[in-house]
Amino acid sequence: MANIGIYIELKDKYFKKSNREIISLATSGSNTTTAIIFSNDISDYKEDLNGVDKIIQVKGDELKFHPDNYANTLAAIISESEFDFMLGAFSFQGKDIFPRLSGKLDNSALINDCTNVDFDNNLVTKPVYSGKLLQEKKISSRIKLITLRPNVFPVEDRDSKNTEISEYNLITDNQRIKIIEVKKSESKKIDLMEAEIIVSGGRGIKSKENFSVLEELAQLLNAGVGASRAAVDSEFATYDMQVGQTGKVVNPKLYIACGISGAIQHFVGMKTSKIIVAINKDSEAPIFKKADYGIVGDLFKIVPLLKTELEKAI
Amino acid sequence: MNIFVLIKQVPDTEAVLAVRDGKTINEDGIKWIISPYDEYAIEEAIKLKEQNEGYKVNILTLGPQRSESAIRSALAMGADNGIHIETDEHPNAKETAKILAEAIKKEPDHGIIFMGKQAIDEDSNQIHILVAEFLGLPVATNVTRFTMNGDKVVVDREIDEGAIETIEMGIPCVIGASKGLNTPRYASLMGIMKAKKIPLKKISLSDLGFAELSGSVSTEKLYSPPEKPEGKVLEGEPEEVVKELVRLLKEEVKVL
Ligand SMILES: Cc1cc2nc3c(=O)[nH]c(=O)nc-3n(C[C@H](O)[C@H](O)[C@H](O)COP(=O)(O)OP(=O)(O)OC[C@H]3O[C@@H](n4cnc5c(N)ncnc54)[C@H](O)[C@@H]3O)c2cc1C
Ligand SMILES: Nc1ncnc2c1ncn2[C@@H]1O[C@H](COP(=O)(O)O)[C@@H](O)[C@H]1O
Repeated sequence: MANIGIYIELKDKYFKKSNREIISLATSGSNTTTAIIFSNDISDYKEDLNGVDKIIQVKGDELKFHPDNYANTLAAIISESEFDFMLGAFSFQGKDIFPRLSGKLDNSALINDCTNVDFDNNLVTKPVYSGKLLQEKKISSRIKLITLRPNVFPVEDRDSKNTEISEYNLITDNQRIKIIEVKKSESKKIDLMEAEIIVSGGRGIKSKENFSVLEELAQLLNAGVGASRAAVDSEFATYDMQVGQTGKVVNPKLYIACGISGAIQHFVGMKTSKIIVAINKDSEAPIFKKADYGIVGDLFKIVPLLKTELEKAI
Repeated sequence: MNIFVLIKQVPDTEAVLAVRDGKTINEDGIKWIISPYDEYAIEEAIKLKEQNEGYKVNILTLGPQRSESAIRSALAMGADNGIHIETDEHPNAKETAKILAEAIKKEPDHGIIFMGKQAIDEDSNQIHILVAEFLGLPVATNVTRFTMNGDKVVVDREIDEGAIETIEMGIPCVIGASKGLNTPRYASLMGIMKAKKIPLKKISLSDLGFAELSGSVSTEKLYSPPEKPEGKVLEGEPEEVVKELVRLLKEEVKVL
């Protein structure tokens, strides 16, 4: 029986899938759950929030994400609450806010990127050394701050409850940083850490233009597009696409690696994918030892064939 | 200005890791490197020093005796001084940040503090922000571009899939470096020779008032995840293997 707060992350009003995963996890036992959502109008999110006992709606004129405002507001809410646990996603926002909370709240400790939580025994599991090993940690501070890895916890159907809603005003003093502007990439990119399917390209892609071969396949599958470091360093792809030890750690249902040799630093970034498919022209490439399904061949031939075949199948 | 760079020594990315006594890694035979994001931090600090007369770059690390070689590598790249908080203990993330903040407070005229966005050992992803919190300073993480304008710092940082935010902060402040910020230089032979002669400042946890550690987070277990079973290479003509792949994905493992 734990008292759990959940930070709900909105991305331009879009209710991220990781929120549903966290709510499903927190409401699975007999815990008391409070969702904290930063929005002046939550009518669109009622169903998404099904299952929680309480909602704290944070309102304000300046609700655009600002790590200082959000962290100061959350810290104030947590201090006034009796939460044993405060959960959020291991996302850009989570990585920005949760360490600030740990700094602001005495008697708290933070563990990031957890793949398992045992609320009864205050234990969490998290991958370390880029997932080469797993670590179980016990947290004995009163407030346990935890961010969860996206795409790990299943989304369950939740019934609507009689939820109590209260309001809170955004705190805007004590801003230490000033946001000057935000530039969004023109193409609507799919978040690799939440993507169900990822099509990834390596040095074998040979040019920036050739990435369109993968983008077409990705569009058909509603997949994200990833890259190896060699592809990023050769400027075929941008760093936000890099998968691996010094890029993103992803775990989609399906990861299709095209023209990627399978170096350890790349593999650790995608090895928890449910199914790995490798397309490589070198039958000796190490990726074939790690892929569930391998195809030896020229990616420029195989990928278009695959696209045609998938168009028929889905 | 006294610029600080906080670095951590971590196992090489190629290292194959084994567990000892169920809680820590077996360090035998491991090659140690500076955590890759901390190298970006070092490079940016040295560049800033080169552009501004009178600036000094101070390297600070907390770790066992072996971490001395990480400080030497940073000095060889062009940093001026090294401070080593030497300990065989493993303080948790929050304690480490408190200790590092305390060590910085003791140094006069501390300005910009460069750190990595994450150390690639435990991937704890928080110490840079905690150090800023304990010093009451502004912080930006995931930084891919850094400029200094008089008494202000302007940085770009990645905040979402491909979205870039530009932030302005006062000085002192903390920067959490990411890839893209710069290309770290290699140490020159002369740099390596010079680095050997620089005396390091050694401090202990008790010097900083941390003889007792709180232990609010403890490691219970460390273990290897289950190995992925070896997969299979599909054989045949391209058209056939692709058909078979789609069938497997759709009907066998049902990921489509
Ligand atoms: C500190 C450190 C951190 C690192 N972090 C990362 C990281 O985060 N992510 C990462 O990916 N790497 C990382 N690396 C780099 C890693 O070691 C490899 O160098 C990199 O992953 C190789 O990328 P690649 O497989 O695309 O290139 P290569 O190893 O060059 O492989 C290219 C492959 O493409 C195949 N190919 C070529 N043409 C075709 C074609 N027409 N059709 C089909 N196949 C083709 C080739 O057979 C080859 O196997 C890191 C390295 C270090 C030292
Ligand atoms: N023991 C340490 N000594 C000095 N700096 C550290 C230490 N541990 C972490 N850091 C700094 O904090 C950053 C984030 O680390 P972490 O929170 O461990 O992922 C690193 O990139 C370093 O700059």
